[in-house]
Amino acid sequence: MANDKYETHEYDVIVIGAGGAGLRAAIEASAAGVKTALICKSLLGKAHTVMAEGGIAAALRNVYQEDNWKVHFRDTMRGGKMLNNWRMAQLHAQEAPDRVLELEEWGALFDRTKDGRILQRDFGGHRYARLAHVGDRTGLEMIRTLQQHAVHKGIDVYMECNIQRLLKDGDRVCGAFGYWRESGKFVTFKSKAIVLATGGVGKAWKFTSNSWEYTGDGTTLAADVGADLIDMEMIQFHPTGMVWPNSVRGILVTEGVRGDGGTLRNSEGERFMFNYITDYFRAETAETEEEADAWYEDKTNNRRTPDLLPRDEVARAINAEVKAGRGSPHGGVLLDIASRRSAEYIARRLPSMHHQFKELADVDITKEPMEVGPTCHYIMGGVRVEADTAATTVPGLYAAGEVAAGLHGANRLGGNSLSDLLVFGRRAGLYAAQYAQNLEGHPSPDADQIEQYAQELLAPFNNDGGENPYTVHMALQDCMQNLVGIIRTESELKKAQTEIASLKERLAKVTVEGHRQYNPGWNLALDLQSLLTTAEATTMGALERKESRGGHTREDHPGPDPDKYGKINLVLRRKDGELSLSEEPLPEMPDDLKELFEESK
Amino acid sequence: MSDQAVAVNRGGPTDKTLRLDAWWVEPAVTVGMLSTFLIYTTWAALVNEHYYAEPYLSPFYSPCLSTSCMHVTLGLFDWPLSPAILILWAPAGFRLTCYYYRKAYYRSFWMSPPACAVRDGHAQYSGETRFPLLMQNLHRYFFYAATLVVLFLWWDALLAFSFPTADGGSEFGMGLGTLVLIANAAFLSLYSFSCHSCRHLCGGGLDVLSQSPLRFKLWRQVSRLNENHMLFAWISLVVVMLTDVYVRFISMGYISDVRFF
Amino acid sequence: MASEFTMRVWRGDISGGEFKDYRVEAQEGMVVLDVIHTIQATQAPDLAVRWNCKAGKCGSCSAEINGKPRLMCMTRMNLFEPGETITISPIQTFPLLRDLVTDVSFNYEKAKSIPALKLKAKEADGTRRMYQDDVDRVQEFHKCIECFLCQDVCHVIRDHEDNKPEFAGPRSFVRLASLEMHPLDEEDRREFLKSDAGLGYCNITKCCTEVCPEGIHITDNAIIPLKERVVDAYYDPVVWLMNKLTGK
Repeated sequence: MANDKYETHEYDVIVIGAGGAGLRAAIEASAAGVKTALICKSLLGKAHTVMAEGGIAAALRNVYQEDNWKVHFRDTMRGGKMLNNWRMAQLHAQEAPDRVLELEEWGALFDRTKDGRILQRDFGGHRYARLAHVGDRTGLEMIRTLQQHAVHKGIDVYMECNIQRLLKDGDRVCGAFGYWRESGKFVTFKSKAIVLATGGVGKAWKFTSNSWEYTGDGTTLAADVGADLIDMEMIQFHPTGMVWPNSVRGILVTEGVRGDGGTLRNSEGERFMFNYITDYFRAETAETEEEADAWYEDKTNNRRTPDLLPRDEVARAINAEVKAGRGSPHGGVLLDIASRRSAEYIARRLPSMHHQFKELADVDITKEPMEVGPTCHYIMGGVRVEADTAATTVPGLYAAGEVAAGLHGANRLGGNSLSDLLVFGRRAGLYAAQYAQNLEGHPSPDADQIEQYAQELLAPFNNDGGENPYTVHMALQDCMQNLVGIIRTESELKKAQTEIASLKERLAKVTVEGHRQYNPGWNLALDLQSLLTTAEATTMGALERKESRGGHTREDHPGPDPDKYGKINLVLRRKDGELSLSEEPLPEMPDDLKELFEESK
Repeated sequence: MSDQAVAVNRGGPTDKTLRLDAWWVEPAVTVGMLSTFLIYTTWAALVNEHYYAEPYLSPFYSPCLSTSCMHVTLGLFDWPLSPAILILWAPAGFRLTCYYYRKAYYRSFWMSPPACAVRDGHAQYSGETRFPLLMQNLHRYFFYAATLVVLFLWWDALLAFSFPTADGGSEFGMGLGTLVLIANAAFLSLYSFSCHSCRHLCGGGLDVLSQSPLRFKLWRQVSRLNENHMLFAWISLVVVMLTDVYVRFISMGYISDVRFF
Repeated sequence: MASEFTMRVWRGDISGGEFKDYRVEAQEGMVVLDVIHTIQATQAPDLAVRWNCKAGKCGSCSAEINGKPRLMCMTRMNLFEPGETITISPIQTFPLLRDLVTDVSFNYEKAKSIPALKLKAKEADGTRRMYQDDVDRVQEFHKCIECFLCQDVCHVIRDHEDNKPEFAGPRSFVRLASLEMHPLDEEDRREFLKSDAGLGYCNITKCCTEVCPEGIHITDNAIIPLKERVVDAYYDPVVWLMNKLTGK
């Protein structure tokens, strides 16, 4: 249309978010021959994927011949406390090796085995050394490889463009509306299909490994156009974030430290993880320090160290140690690799950890232990997708990566995130392209609708409520940290609901100073809408799920409830503007896959 | 010198620099050191005397190629001017085109730039894309020539073990001058073999090093040396100058050599 | 343990601006970016700053601190004396968008022009074999977080706007070195380096290496080896003479 009021672009497929999943989706869609654009909130290559450290989980069998997709599948399901979508877990385990090898074709240089193949490292919850990696900066390698590949394929990239609303034509999506951070001006993308790859929600918590971008945009955009959300209560607290100095609290310390031989100790010097082995993992976990240490070299005759139990288990254990008064000086525990590995080995295997602690905390990790504690890291829940196609419940809308739910169930294993991005990023791009190819005509958003959205987005400038967006954000972070943290209980969750409701009222009164050009105050005011939506969704789910499972621990319901909650997803849907919750049964796993779990018991 | 670069206005501050530290110290010291060396070397090379004090030959005059030399290394022909001119072009060219010295004098003499984040001293800049600076690309050929010279310096160091006797013969011995000549040859070798061109020729030019184990080993060693190329550049510069001073002073009778045995 | 500082922060856009002073209290362990955030939250909510990870991994928060190009998230406040005035200005080489945020699209445009990776055929068994000894050298270049501080400090474009079309800058050379030295790549980028990327403009004054927050030896390990490779192709008198004689 020639008379669009705002800058307008038209594509077959737009991908929102340019982390691993978004880039992979855009590459696939573009390769399928449809006109594709990639839109991101930051500069290209800065997305949170860059922070991923440990590696990409894939049963390549370069280090252990015994490994295969079935073992990986089983590890993923058990790590997710069986709440996973089995089909996603199967596709993920089957396709991850090809996706990793494909990265190598595009220029990624992983660390090598002696015979010149991709080296794999140990990680929590993985039975065999399985993570393809580059020191402790695998995410950087992955995003740069994908970024450069996408650039060479000539995909249009729109940077520092913040999508705020999805546009609909009937019941299907037909575009997106947002603004340029640079100028504050509005922009419309008309598109037949949309892939959401916007990442997580960590900025709703105070101590998080996530950057400012992780404000739950995709989850909210999807919910607003009627898509289902599931498992929103499942939040992963990574056991090892930095705890000191305060200003860097929450920054990630890679699980690779433990994968490469580091161990957790309390203030008494005890390797306390041996006291926290649950029955669920007892059969496959070492009971003595000797066995745990021997496991690093010989995995056939020894069982895995409890330091590498899945993240939910370790995070809870650290939490309990600190509560029992056996914490480190700044309220964490000690992560010690200095006394267990040579300085040269540490510097080679964990260069960026070495650098990070030296620069930010004045700690030399080759000489001293690190102080670590849980940090909000990842949301297993998110937009409900169809396993094979990554399609959401809204026609034309696809989702992949952290914003999508299902693969990880109640808890994600380290290393499964990067492979998730690749496997389902590709699938989302592929099926979005197919959908667009089969759709006749041009996408035609409703101009009145766009105008209404534009007015909504400008509201903070015209408001005289006087609320400061930064203050509201900090209040939300305190609320989620204190009331919807690792350990939850009904009374606190209810209190959180009340607080979130009052924060919503305060958000309506937020006033923004200055003009629209690169105005972080305004940007935050808009992001707060999605932060509050996801916070509300997480709290609703957490209140409803009356059991403890994976990333959701209820003090008032300490055990799992296999007969009820172990069989259902909690589904959230917007109805008449309000979120409503329903229970739906998990997809049924076929018998041949079920067998994988029976034989092991 | 052309005009100082004008501030490019891109919206930010246009100060020459916002650095508060003493960024000018480094270029100033470099100018002082290099100027001293240049002036002394030019004088010492042209003066054409006092460059030999048996059995020590000043490195500025080695190898001595003229038949009229005070100490002939290889008498190729008769040369009326200072024999230093015949060979000094090689080490001089090597240092002039050296990747480290280029940094040093581009910063300190040419102020392009004088220090990081301090405005360039010139309005126009074409780097090493045009003649004469295009000639910097010939560095590796100076490396070959300078390496030959270094071999002769080791030969001189060897000769410095042979002292004249009263009966006109020679005897094995060692003096302080012998050590000075060895140190000189050693530091010049470290400087030459830590050179970036040498590193490239040893193996840096290969994409697959693992398939050429010998060159890989060599490349690794040279790479390690190369990390200290700047240090060797300065040490060897001072040592070669002091070596000439030592020989010259003995020859002029200001000091006498210390003979160990 | 808190101490007071005066932060002189550049406020303005492409049409110009000025330094504004903010008095801020810095807690123990804070970095410059924390202090900027404090200013945002309490004194200047519209102060523009670009940042993401706050852990030195994404390379977004590049700025000049007391005139030196640095990452704000990796510059600790205890580098400075309490009470000191600290100047924070935007990186200078690129046009200012607002306050501390600049338009770095130059770097993305240059990236588009770089000839892509071209791998040779796979091994007979269908795999790719590369050895750590070969990969090590290139992995150093892959550490680049694209903070563009090297591009910022490089006088070739910092002080000479007219060189921008001809010169790709240190970041591009690091990328080109990683491609040229990739053990399985078979593309020859020497002509590109000489003619399109303007490698000859670099006078190896090493400021890029000095400011690199990842400690990549940009000059010694990327640029100089590339210059030597260009010499192989274009400045070898023996080759040149042979070509003359054989009339090539």
